[in-house]
Amino acid sequence: MRAARRWREVVAPVLLGVVALLAWQATVVGLELRPFVVPSPTAIGEQLADHAAVIAAASWSTARNAFWGLLIGVAVALLAAAVSAAVRVVDEMSAPLVAATAVVPIVALAPVLYTMFGANAQTARIVVAAIVSFVPVYVNTLRGLRTVTPVHRDLMRVYAATRRQTTRVVTLPGALPFFFSGLRVAASVAVISALVAEYFGGPVDGLGKAITSAVSSSNYPLAWAYVAGAVVIGLVFFCATLALERGVLHRGNLRQRP
Amino acid sequence: MSATAPTSPSSRSGPVEPAGPPDSPDATTTAAAAVEVRGVSRRFASRSGDVVALSDVDLTVRAGEFVSLIGPSGCGKSTLLRLIADLDRPTGGELTVFGRPPHVARQNHDFGIAFQQAGLLPWRSVRANVELPLELHGTGRAARRARATELLGLVGLADFADHRPDQLSGGMQQRVAIARALAESPSLLLMDEPFGALDEMTREHVQTELLRLRAESGAAVVFVTHSIPEAVYLSDRVVVMSARPGQVREIVPVALGSAGDRTDGLREDDQFFDRVRAVREALHGTDGATGVGRGVDQR
Amino acid sequence: MRRQVVTGAAGVLTLAVLWEGYKLLAPDDGVVVAGLTVLPRSNDVAMPHLWDMAARAAAPVTSAPGAEPLWLAVGQAAAFTLGVAAVGWVVGVTVGLLTATLMQRFRTAESALLPWVVLSQTVPLIALAPLVRRWGSQLEIGAFAWQDWMSVAVIASYLAFFPVSVGALRGLSSPDAVHVDLLRSYGVGWWRTYSTLRLPAAVPHLLPAVRLAAANAVVGAVVAEVSIGLRGGIGRMIVEFGASASADPAKQWSPIAGAVVVGLVAAGACVLLSRALDRYRVSEVS
Repeated sequence: MRAARRWREVVAPVLLGVVALLAWQATVVGLELRPFVVPSPTAIGEQLADHAAVIAAASWSTARNAFWGLLIGVAVALLAAAVSAAVRVVDEMSAPLVAATAVVPIVALAPVLYTMFGANAQTARIVVAAIVSFVPVYVNTLRGLRTVTPVHRDLMRVYAATRRQTTRVVTLPGALPFFFSGLRVAASVAVISALVAEYFGGPVDGLGKAITSAVSSSNYPLAWAYVAGAVVIGLVFFCATLALERGVLHRGNLRQRP
Repeated sequence: MSATAPTSPSSRSGPVEPAGPPDSPDATTTAAAAVEVRGVSRRFASRSGDVVALSDVDLTVRAGEFVSLIGPSGCGKSTLLRLIADLDRPTGGELTVFGRPPHVARQNHDFGIAFQQAGLLPWRSVRANVELPLELHGTGRAARRARATELLGLVGLADFADHRPDQLSGGMQQRVAIARALAESPSLLLMDEPFGALDEMTREHVQTELLRLRAESGAAVVFVTHSIPEAVYLSDRVVVMSARPGQVREIVPVALGSAGDRTDGLREDDQFFDRVRAVREALHGTDGATGVGRGVDQR
Repeated sequence: MRRQVVTGAAGVLTLAVLWEGYKLLAPDDGVVVAGLTVLPRSNDVAMPHLWDMAARAAAPVTSAPGAEPLWLAVGQAAAFTLGVAAVGWVVGVTVGLLTATLMQRFRTAESALLPWVVLSQTVPLIALAPLVRRWGSQLEIGAFAWQDWMSVAVIASYLAFFPVSVGALRGLSSPDAVHVDLLRSYGVGWWRTYSTLRLPAAVPHLLPAVRLAAANAVVGAVVAEVSIGLRGGIGRMIVEFGASASADPAKQWSPIAGAVVVGLVAAGACVLLSRALDRYRVSEVS
């Protein structure tokens, strides 16, 4: 029984991954696909090994922008959520703007941000990442701050708890899991938008620029190798937020999820 | 920004309230009835006109007395309890708790409360949940800890002090909630269907436990329930209410001995069945004359 | 409701006032700390006046005689991008639903696929966009010649796929055991259980996923246009006008507004869709 479950949960996905890689390789070689359609995994692997240092440098540049953007976005989101939770009119005034920000392609702002902050600096990319990661953190945290179960609210009233005590004892711990589920989303969109902003201009370092320049010189396996670098950054960000969440929520016994 | 720091120590210190309003000498506290309800009404405005949840209710709960509120859903029994707890305000009439308005009694921590949901904070240990009211009201760490240990022993959960609430069964959670309600040794305990969600066996066990705790603490209890045997088993008097509008229909005295003397054996006693029948008849409104004959207390 | 509209409008107005206020008060070259521009430049090239943007939208696209007004060109580009995004959205939602159904039907498929789907959501797969650039000009499958816009739609559908497959799987697995047992006691097969129970029960989970898919499809379409270099859409227009921003700074704001409109229209379409499915939307989970 347990063996069957392990087979399903661990072996099955790994097997699928291996089979997919083999099928990919076989298709490319068997059908003699040209690299511009899809290069073979071994060709990508070779490029990865040959250009490891360059790929790492490009990844580092993009990751740095994503990190600063995420940090700024989260800080502003927490501040804004606290204000909106306390002052209703602020929440109502910002509601349509936040809703619009969530559905609008923010990267479209990248060209004007390059003009506003200088086309030779990374600032515009950081700003894009910050705006995009602001939204999920703000929305989730605000919802968390609003979600106090009636029985806890009654309890705090019976205890004649001050507003400050209620915030510390009930509201903030209750909002933490909401914040983290917002942070998880923010971490992945921060990487995506930092990278995508590079397609719209700015300095020549970073993964996005590297991918486009490899493509324009028709070096498709190298371009795919850069994509692999982007995948690694995404995973690192994801795992880091997950570890942070586990650490904080576990220590504070805050394991319930919204 | 403090949003990420749920346990910042800064706001813990300092008592919440001064020791008590200057015009509340302890002498009146002991002399006054635990709860005094005079002509209280509560209307709720709704789209289809006003709903009268409570209409002209009179009730006195003496110090140390156990009174149950029973009635069909919509009779306002929970509303009445919420009015006493100052979780809601009456639209008419007057209400006092130990001779003081409910909001003053609340500020004074004169009563403990337990709801149908245990309402434990899931991120706190069982012990920290019991300590919560003490912590909020500025009791020192050592004293809190000692009191929580004592209370958890009292409700038979001493071994579970460091567990999280979600590791406990529903009955155990409810016992933690009762321990929390008793934390500040209140002279009045308000309970809103605290055993409503428990299975019958657990329920009987916790009921007996509550009787014992109450005998030890000598607190008055206002207990909302929709179980007739539960009301009879626990109470000195059972207040039978009717719905639309919420009113007191009858008050049935139980008189089955003091809380400390009641044991599980009582559940099979003829006197017990007799009182159960009396409450049921009052509830279903059969024959007013025999109702009065049983000595209905209409005060 | 009316209060929300009024305060919402006040919020948008506040943003406009902040823009003009910043222009008025901040130094032209922004605030530079240690060589880094911390606060943006507020000169007319970086931050044109709002009325200049509006006036530019009404003027012709180019100085060539007979050129159409800018707003019309932007509208056409926006419609084009919206169309490509919609194709991508439909494909992504369909494939996502099918994948979820497959995963729901076969537990082994779920354990094999789901980790990959979840993992793919956390990595920037949009980086693939430039890699399909040459498909358009050189890929032929039999008599079928691959078009550039299809590459853009593929990227858009790709991004729309992930939230739908995860949300749909959660929704399809959401019915209570009681209901599944009930249908089993009726002796009903898998397909009837699927159509009468699982699919309706999935709606509350699907709607937020479908909305997210729409937003993703729009972002995917705009970005892919830029990285593939597809002409005719709003993304390409933003970059093109951005390149001539120093000469005509207000011009690029029209396609940006167009991109905002595309996003809002896509979200609005999803709202209409959820209205149509109101019956199944007992309580939406997000």
